[in-house]
Amino acid sequence: MHFEFNIEGGNFIKAGAASSQLKKILKQLNVDPKIIKRVVVALYEAEVNIVAHAYSGVAFIDISTDIINIRLVDEGPGIPDIQLAMQKGYSTASTAVREMGFGAGMGLPNIKNNSDELNITSEVSKGTIVEMAFYLN
Amino acid sequence: MKIREVVDILGAKVVSGQNNLNSEVEYAFASDLMSDVLTIEKDNILLLTGLANLQTIRTAEMSDISNIIFVRQKKATPEMIQLAEENDMILVECDYSMYRASGLLYSAGLMPVY
Repeated sequence: MHFEFNIEGGNFIKAGAASSQLKKILKQLNVDPKIIKRVVVALYEAEVNIVAHAYSGVAFIDISTDIINIRLVDEGPGIPDIQLAMQKGYSTASTAVREMGFGAGMGLPNIKNNSDELNITSEVSKGTIVEMAFYLN
Repeated sequence: MKIREVVDILGAKVVSGQNNLNSEVEYAFASDLMSDVLTIEKDNILLLTGLANLQTIRTAEMSDISNIIFVRQKKATPEMIQLAEENDMILVECDYSMYRASGLLYSAGLMPVY
């Protein structure tokens, strides 16, 4: 099964809409609730990252019997130093993002913690691609 | 502990999920930082927070948290209440500080997540 969700940069009202939809889909598919939580927490963090830092993005989601693959592609400023961005507590988030309860430098480490595979590539001034995989068995 | 007891202890006001007050909660976590809430792995949690916006509800949705207490006189907006109702959540507004609310619930036996 393939799904695509658009994510709007800067729109905190809609942040989480993709994760919410995916949660409903995974529930209908009777996926283990523990796995659902890991998938939607990781996707939600990634969604918030796009809303917080990028201009726009798309989440491409593929669900098969043994794996869920999520690929988030955004147009935005990119990440100059991915290793630094992965460090707990490092953040370039704005005051507005912090006021929403995020921007504490926890997002990428939390995505890593919840996913079975994580790959991040980025080009400064172009955008970032976050690929995550979750094993279902 | 029943949510009904939580509401009594805090002298609080239920603004969503009035019909589910007999549901039980085992643990509580107090935070204004949603990123920290998203790291909690335990189930059956009550969230105490002073952050009242849509992302508080979204965070609870993703974390399987069904009970939110807003402390420090923070109020849920109609949009927050609508999203909470769609997800069968209980929202409670409390005038106490985070410290006071947490202390009262801890003394009454509600457990910390760590």
